[in-house]
Amino acid sequence: MFANFDFDVIRRSLSYLFLDGMTFTLTLTGLATFGGIVFGTLIALMRLSGYWLLGRIAGLYVDLMRSLPLVLVIFWFYFLVPYIGQWLTGSSRPVRVGAFASSLVTFTLFEAAYFAEIMRAGIQSISKGQPAAAQALGLTYSQTMRYVVLPQAFRNMLPVLLTQTIVLFQDTSLVYVLSIPDFLGAASKVAQRDGRLVEMYLFAAVVYFAISCVASFGVRRLQARIAFVH
Amino acid sequence: MIEINHVDKWYGPHFQALKDCTTSVAKGEVVVVCGPSGSGKSTLIKCVNALEPFQSGEIILDGIRVNDPKTNLPKLRARVGMVFQHFELFPHLKILENLCLAQQKVLGRSHDEAVAKGSKLLDRVGLKDHATKYPAELSGGQQQRVAIARALAMDPIAMLFDEPTSALDPEMISEVLDVMVDLAREGMTMMVVTHEMGFASKVAHRVIFMDQGEIVEDAPKDDFFGKPRSDRAQKFLSKILSH
Repeated sequence: MFANFDFDVIRRSLSYLFLDGMTFTLTLTGLATFGGIVFGTLIALMRLSGYWLLGRIAGLYVDLMRSLPLVLVIFWFYFLVPYIGQWLTGSSRPVRVGAFASSLVTFTLFEAAYFAEIMRAGIQSISKGQPAAAQALGLTYSQTMRYVVLPQAFRNMLPVLLTQTIVLFQDTSLVYVLSIPDFLGAASKVAQRDGRLVEMYLFAAVVYFAISCVASFGVRRLQARIAFVH
Repeated sequence: MIEINHVDKWYGPHFQALKDCTTSVAKGEVVVVCGPSGSGKSTLIKCVNALEPFQSGEIILDGIRVNDPKTNLPKLRARVGMVFQHFELFPHLKILENLCLAQQKVLGRSHDEAVAKGSKLLDRVGLKDHATKYPAELSGGQQQRVAIARALAMDPIAMLFDEPTSALDPEMISEVLDVMVDLAREGMTMMVVTHEMGFASKVAHRVIFMDQGEIVEDAPKDDFFGKPRSDRAQKFLSKILSH
């Protein structure tokens, strides 16, 4: 049945697929996760700050991002960021923004909305007595958050944050709409060039599946360990 | 040391948690606050270090108005130790780290100073060997003793205890009370919300009885146990002493 297939195309393109494609995918996933968690934590703190305006702004941001399809956001940012850059710098023509920078900004901002909700749940899972005890010792609000509440929230939410990162890893493949050679984009390019669509897309699926599966397994192990320590 | 003048506190527009509470705790004095649950005693003690806001009246702590918006609350709280019903040790930090965190971040002590002070206090509450464990590895009584040591590490001018033994199994209560009795005998200024009348009769100077947000009785210990003036205090005492 596989007689007409040429699986050697995979072997021939391995270095391009992984050194270029997968490197891009993993870099984007890692940086966007980091940025998303930092920015998302800030949004969560805004939502829980008790200041009406800050809370509303953060809430609106989260609702907006979660109500838009990711592909649309990627498009919008790619075409809008140059003009925003132009407006900010006051230059006469749109600022050139590389595809990587644009997609990094997009994923960071988009994922921040999801990470914000995870961190919010994490912060709310800490009993009120913890910040009270920290404040009774004289810690300021920001010290209380930094040394007492956030480390615990982060730790409790680590499995959920990592699961979201696995989703993000898969979602980064959407940058193909900007014709960026991420892993899927690279596979797609080879597939088109050599006319080996089935082989390449099969292989891409297997790779995404394997990496996500192993990562999920790791998260489950971690979850069991955290549950044990508590 | 602690002056509480005409403090009123509402939760929402209808429920008044504290009604015109006035009392004081002198330097070196041990005052026990008791009363049925929901009487406002925990709320009152949390107002003293401004963990709970209140709407009117004033509380003056060592000459500083707690409810003055200009008061630097973290700085003020750092000078008053507080022990909670549920210990509230920081579960992600080891025991010694629990004792060092505020010393370093709030008082600006060096790591070595904080560790030295922390170890000394752990030794004092009999838990020197547990310095590198996590709170979850300790029993309730041990955790509460760590919590007391953590508060003492800040060299507080007064200590507030909010039902320090009510979450403990009976066999662990005395190990915590022993530490508190020692502290009282050394002359620490203490305000203690508790139902432990044995502790009260042993070391308290005064007993305050609260009911429905009011201070019903505020009397020297012997007067309170000898002959409480109010019916409500008599009823309360007969209930908790009859068992």
